[in-house]
Amino acid sequence: MTKDNNGLSRREFLKTTGIATGALVGGGVLGSLITHNVTKDNVAGTGKNEAGGEHVGDVFRGRMFFTNVNEFNVLSEAVERIFPEDDLGPGAIGLGVPYFIDNQLAGNYGSNAKEYMKGPFFAGESTQGYQSRLTRAEIFKQGLAKMDEEAKKRFDTGFASLEGNQMDEILTAFQKNEVEMKGVASEFYFKLLRQATLEGAYADPIYNGNINMAGWRMKGFPGHQMAYIKEIENEKYMKIEPKSISSMEH
Amino acid sequence: MVKTLDKVDVVTVGVGWLGGIIGAECAKAGMKVVGIERGKERSTADYLMVHDEYRYAIRYELMQDLSKETITFRNNRKMRALPMRQMGSFLLGEGLGGSGTHWNGHTWRFLPYDFEIKTQTEKKYGKDKLSADYLLQDWGITYDELEPYFDQFEKTAGISGENKNPFAGKRANDFPTPPMKKTPILRKFEKATSNLGYTPFMLPSANLSETYENPDGQTIAACQYCGFCERFGCEYGAKTSPEITVIPTALKTGNYQVRFHGNVVEVLKEGGKATGVRYIDTQTGEEFIQPADVVVLTSYVMNNAKLLMVSGIGEMYDPDTGRGTLGKNYAYQILPGATGFFDEQMNVFMGAGSLGMTIDDLNGDNYDHSELNFIHGASMSITQTGVRPIQTNPVPPDTPAWGPEFKKASIHNYSRTLSVGGQGASIPHKENFLSLDPDYKDAYGVPLLQLTYNFTEQDRNLHKYLTDKAKAIMDEMGAKTTVPGNPLSDYDIVPYQTTHNTGGTIMGASPDDSVVNNYLQHWEVDNLFVVGAGNFPHNGGYNPTGTVGALAYRAAEGIIKYSKAGGSLV
Repeated sequence: MTKDNNGLSRREFLKTTGIATGALVGGGVLGSLITHNVTKDNVAGTGKNEAGGEHVGDVFRGRMFFTNVNEFNVLSEAVERIFPEDDLGPGAIGLGVPYFIDNQLAGNYGSNAKEYMKGPFFAGESTQGYQSRLTRAEIFKQGLAKMDEEAKKRFDTGFASLEGNQMDEILTAFQKNEVEMKGVASEFYFKLLRQATLEGAYADPIYNGNINMAGWRMKGFPGHQMAYIKEIENEKYMKIEPKSISSMEH
Repeated sequence: MVKTLDKVDVVTVGVGWLGGIIGAECAKAGMKVVGIERGKERSTADYLMVHDEYRYAIRYELMQDLSKETITFRNNRKMRALPMRQMGSFLLGEGLGGSGTHWNGHTWRFLPYDFEIKTQTEKKYGKDKLSADYLLQDWGITYDELEPYFDQFEKTAGISGENKNPFAGKRANDFPTPPMKKTPILRKFEKATSNLGYTPFMLPSANLSETYENPDGQTIAACQYCGFCERFGCEYGAKTSPEITVIPTALKTGNYQVRFHGNVVEVLKEGGKATGVRYIDTQTGEEFIQPADVVVLTSYVMNNAKLLMVSGIGEMYDPDTGRGTLGKNYAYQILPGATGFFDEQMNVFMGAGSLGMTIDDLNGDNYDHSELNFIHGASMSITQTGVRPIQTNPVPPDTPAWGPEFKKASIHNYSRTLSVGGQGASIPHKENFLSLDPDYKDAYGVPLLQLTYNFTEQDRNLHKYLTDKAKAIMDEMGAKTTVPGNPLSDYDIVPYQTTHNTGGTIMGASPDDSVVNNYLQHWEVDNLFVVGAGNFPHNGGYNPTGTVGALAYRAAEGIIKYSKAGGSLV
């Protein structure tokens, strides 16, 4: 059994914390216990694993969309710059955001399944919104490649090897629409990247981001709670331990 | 091959609030009714995993599938209209219950002034208060005439509220259930607005304060304040919705049937009468004709207008000549407001869609506009809906949009930020209208509806005035920093604003300036009824559902009358 960095196997951890296995019906509770001790060294998205994933306890995290390790590394480093680790808690990598985005790009989100994608396509005015023929999956692929290309052009090395401030310079260039992309404006790609980062940081952990609900805990959002009818009139601010949708019972 | 089905008394297009109300009332009266719904069946049992911001609020689980159908948009006639490819400015519904499943439940009666806006404006401020480019007109019905239908809708829905708004129209009965709980956040607003000389009251709510049995025998449960209303279904059956009220009432009669996965593409007409509708089974691709004695369009504003247009019923509005009524007086809303950053943390994550307090002092003609460069106004509210972490990242101005400063500020302010917001009325303008798009088509080969819309001078003036008022309220509430909303620029279809679209199939007293009469009966085709917020000749300072619900009960009465006597009802 894989040991985490505190040297405890998952089973040992459950035992030592006195959690009755009967309570572990919901994957969210389980997930939170498993990932609780994941530290920076073996965390998702550092790109150390050529096979495309990692194995913590009984949970297998893997890439469903990106087949190229460098692309995933560029994504990981970029989202960490957008939502960095600090004294409040983990950043995007620690929260599993790269895996969240990867998984989403492999599904309806990536293929724009619920969006009108028929032509003809014209650029239009900004008030008319998204008018690209590209899906989000295609935009991410192109955007990450462009970021790498831009890094090599400016600093003679790939994006993932840059210093933090150099990465920021490139991200800012995309944000300010200074980079030429095909079929989409770089500022739109940046908006998508930023929004997906926040989604991965704060979505329910069932989507493979917000690991251990640490995003919610930082923000003071209790996730799924059945009712606040008893607390709603309370004058005092309440810190409530968050719960995942996976523990929702009726 | 198109298959023709057995004729029914009434067919409705879409089964949300309106299809449900028409279905229930007509079925109770003994008529055979079929509702055709393009989406799927759903009920409370489908909402048990609904506390999921990402799936429901961000990825729009309950909303319309735009890959099948959307609208096209341009700000003005010189621009090329392009498809709204992703959901943004407003959230269209789909599936049983329609938008009535994912609404917040704010349930208002429009002001008496709204129904006679032209008459009252001219009487008080003269004929030239607004330029001739604004298409102000009365509704062809008064508040007093509509009052019993408001009452009926509120009783069906069990609306929770308090009769303390001095500006509201006269009520025959009190609200069916008492107001929701007054939270510390609401009390802040109550105190501040009282200090400023306004009259705050609890927002009328379809998130019920207590368990309630409606006159049809349907039970609605008590709200648990879990914070998941807007964009979500209610897992407790505590948010009044069509699928827990009017639809089961209709089904109970044995006279009602819903046909799912049916997308209506045409209203059929012969010799001045509607003969039924043609629809496509979206699962098999088969085409059907459903013949009916009465056809009722009960889908959203957009689709009601589109179906009339593609079926060639009525005269299209022409902005050059001002002739034609179909598609005219499309209106949206403006949203003045202010955000306050506080020192103390508050339980912002708790709440309910309609948990709020409002002042109406700045709405309608409740204040003197003689010296002001606009008419009408907005209801100003604070709501505690339960703010969610993906969408709520409040940062003071000049904070970067990403990186370490953003992270710190957005996390710090998440539980320390409140907003006061107004729902501003929108007055129709001759350049704002609905028509058919010449280029883009839906999944069934039918043209998309085209929206031509921009904010007008009237909107901008009203927005500016009320933004200042919102800021003053927020200052009084004790915010450390108050940030007023940005001045109104061009209408932008990208960011979410409000799903309170109105007009296009407006009601009135004469066929010269309206599509339907005050029973929502089509002027030209008397067995065709068109029901919805599309009937509003202008948009008011409230959420539309209460007024739409009242109009639907009025239409149901009209349909039953028509089935007995025939002819025009007015």
